[in-house]
Amino acid sequence: MSKQKQKFLEVSTGEHFTTGNHAAAEGALAVGCKFFGGYPITPSSEIAEHMALRLPQLGGNFVQFEDEIASIIGILGASWGGVKSMTATSGPGYSLMVENIGLGMMTETPCVIINVQRGGPSTGLPTLVGQQDIMQTKWGSHGDFEPIVLCPSSVQECFELAIEAFNYAEKYRLPVTLLLDETLGHMSERLIIPDASKIGKVERKKPKDSPEEHLPYKADDDLIPPMAVAGEGYKVMVTGLTHDERGYPNLNVETQDKLVRRINDKIRLNKKDIIRVEEYKLDDAEIAIIAFGSVARAAKGSVNRARKNGIKVGLLRLITIWPFPDERIEALAEQVKKIYVPEINYGQITREVERSVHGKTEVKGIFKLGGAIHNPQEILKEIEGDA
Amino acid sequence: MTEDQKELLESEAHPLDGFLREGRIPHIFCPACSLGSITNVLIEAINESGIDPKKIAVVSGIGCTGRIAGYLNFDSFHTTHGRSIPFAIGLSVTDPERKVIVVSGDGDLFAIGGNHFIHAARRNANITVICVNNFNYGMTGGQAGPTTYAGQFQTTAPYGSLEEPFNIPNLAASCGAVYVARYTALDVRRVKEAFSEAIAKNGFSFVEVLGSCPTTYGRRNQLAEGKKILEFFAEKTVLNHDADTRDVRIDKDSPIIVGKFVDIEDKPTLTDNLLALQRVSQAKKG
Amino acid sequence: MSRVEIRFAGFGGQGIGLMGRLVGEAVSLLEEGKNSVMTQSYGPESRGGASSTDVVIDEGEIDYPKATELDYFVVLSDEAYHKYIPKLKEGGILFVEEDLVTIDENAKKAKKIFKIPATKIAETLGSRLYANIAMLGFVCANTKDIFSEEAMITIMKEKIKARFVEKNLIAFQKGMEYKSDS
Repeated sequence: MSKQKQKFLEVSTGEHFTTGNHAAAEGALAVGCKFFGGYPITPSSEIAEHMALRLPQLGGNFVQFEDEIASIIGILGASWGGVKSMTATSGPGYSLMVENIGLGMMTETPCVIINVQRGGPSTGLPTLVGQQDIMQTKWGSHGDFEPIVLCPSSVQECFELAIEAFNYAEKYRLPVTLLLDETLGHMSERLIIPDASKIGKVERKKPKDSPEEHLPYKADDDLIPPMAVAGEGYKVMVTGLTHDERGYPNLNVETQDKLVRRINDKIRLNKKDIIRVEEYKLDDAEIAIIAFGSVARAAKGSVNRARKNGIKVGLLRLITIWPFPDERIEALAEQVKKIYVPEINYGQITREVERSVHGKTEVKGIFKLGGAIHNPQEILKEIEGDA
Repeated sequence: MTEDQKELLESEAHPLDGFLREGRIPHIFCPACSLGSITNVLIEAINESGIDPKKIAVVSGIGCTGRIAGYLNFDSFHTTHGRSIPFAIGLSVTDPERKVIVVSGDGDLFAIGGNHFIHAARRNANITVICVNNFNYGMTGGQAGPTTYAGQFQTTAPYGSLEEPFNIPNLAASCGAVYVARYTALDVRRVKEAFSEAIAKNGFSFVEVLGSCPTTYGRRNQLAEGKKILEFFAEKTVLNHDADTRDVRIDKDSPIIVGKFVDIEDKPTLTDNLLALQRVSQAKKG
Repeated sequence: MSRVEIRFAGFGGQGIGLMGRLVGEAVSLLEEGKNSVMTQSYGPESRGGASSTDVVIDEGEIDYPKATELDYFVVLSDEAYHKYIPKLKEGGILFVEEDLVTIDENAKKAKKIFKIPATKIAETLGSRLYANIAMLGFVCANTKDIFSEEAMITIMKEKIKARFVEKNLIAFQKGMEYKSDS
């Protein structure tokens, strides 16, 4: 490596005071992202700006595309070009991307999309917080697929989960969404970036057979096919059409069934590896709050205040939003008499929680429709009002 | 006939063996469609370019022309409708040595994908774009598109189209393409020459091939039988390399002007600029 | 020490964001055992008009990142004063740019009011742009639980562009030395 290259490091080891947006960008760089394709949109633009500054220093490329559609498809292209790639956007841009997130699911293309949520629908509240893209990240694109969506609650976690998002993308071969919100994206707090040797990196599985024998969509026992990319001599054939193990379009019921089952099952069967939650003071809890993103911090404040007032409240913080931690929630439903779900939308995760508890406990959503996160007092009042 | 040619004639082998994906033929193209011969000359042009086949990638969108990528035995990518160009850019900038060729139809590249085309030309992305223009949406049954000319009948223009079609070579030229040529599918020799030159070019090179689509265009415009469209091309075509691209619009009655309209040297490509950016950023104090 | 909430507010262009950022950085990176979170108003709100930055400081983990009941309100414009004074908690402390803010009966709930002509002080250094830093010096001298002089000086040397550091350090010093008459 030349002297010049050593001047700039992928991993910015040290203590920083920075925003969630910058932390997520640094996480992506630390895990080896080398291509960013994006289109500016509030409140995510700082991610693009940071990548524009840092990527060329690391021998990577930043391309500001003409829209979000080009951005997502550009990063799919870059991924097939053999590099880790990502984009960043907010709700309206994510809406434009969903068709090609579907292409990424169908063609099993590793990449990462960061969505810094703002209030919607439509242009909504460009500069203010929302958590209204939960269902969009799950059902936005047509067809059946199991997305992986991660949801940090601190600047430190923005960094760490950006790394995990890439690792899941590479391991399971799919586009992974890292779901921030405006509050988290723009707030600053301490970020500790460890030594480069401490960054766990997962790389896509490569084929071991020869190009002549290789079937690009023949999965191993783990349901994940090794991935040859462009330029390696494997003459990969990649299509959004229903395809067989050769990658050839094969438009019949059997091929469709086999393919769609597999791309879903490779995630479903690995839920244990993917689902992460944080449990806070749940051991003796009689009441639970389920929250995620910046609102989870307010919820933690509510738990602390409630405990001071003698109410046994605990928090289940969702770190993985999809696949949904329904089994953990069902177990929780057997323990507590009520679950509160504060979220900045009109009841997206609340319905998933209702589905998961199977009537074993009462579920109550606490909705803010966008623009501000709940404060701990608001959530507490709701709980105390019912007590 | 040379000995080699004789041998080839008598053998089971075909000159294009190895260039088409095994098990993908027969193709889906209709009888008298020009996509077969266009595929043929594209393979010849790639083969004769001398580029390491590993370094070739072919990308397409959706539509009949979009299916060509999938028949070719190179790294090939059949993307979503209209989106071949940004995918090609992602492939292209991740390896400066890679030659990325986009092959797609007029509807795919200029209606749903029009925005990507103009920006890729503006940035001088290092890709070759081949558009087979058949004046309509063939695969989906013959709807009117952005190249349908006034007076042309299609399923969504049952009274005849009234709109002005895109003058594609002019669009490409005015957005900054370094190579722009147009020929009809009848003129396979020049089509191949244009493919070869476009592939050899650094930067955004563009070839429009006027294709024959008897099934959904010909049938509605008194050009259905066999080679009628090609005869129509033969009658109407005027070769003029020096034509101003502003004057090469297509309509019902005027001659179709073909030729090599733009051929510019040494314009920095998107890839060049990205590499320059890496050098500049790395030279700055860390 | 328990949770402390500070809001800096003024109009766009006064460097309100920088005040919050410097305080957040000084606390998070240099004050042993303390955490801080900084949030800012964004968007049309932050272009001209009232601009604000909150810093929350605590020894433990900071759960809720935004300020709700201000322990300290540091304000450099009349508009911001009127907009945010209701958020100052009963017995909180108010810092005002005395030439730009006219306080009213709402300020009575403050346990203490510190006034400084920060802009005039900055002008003696050649630019009113130093008013924010003069104010920070003033805040530093009159509080014990926000940030230390040492940490702030270290952070300013690190984070402020080299050619502006010296003047900012002087502005900070002048703010430190200023004696409020109320």
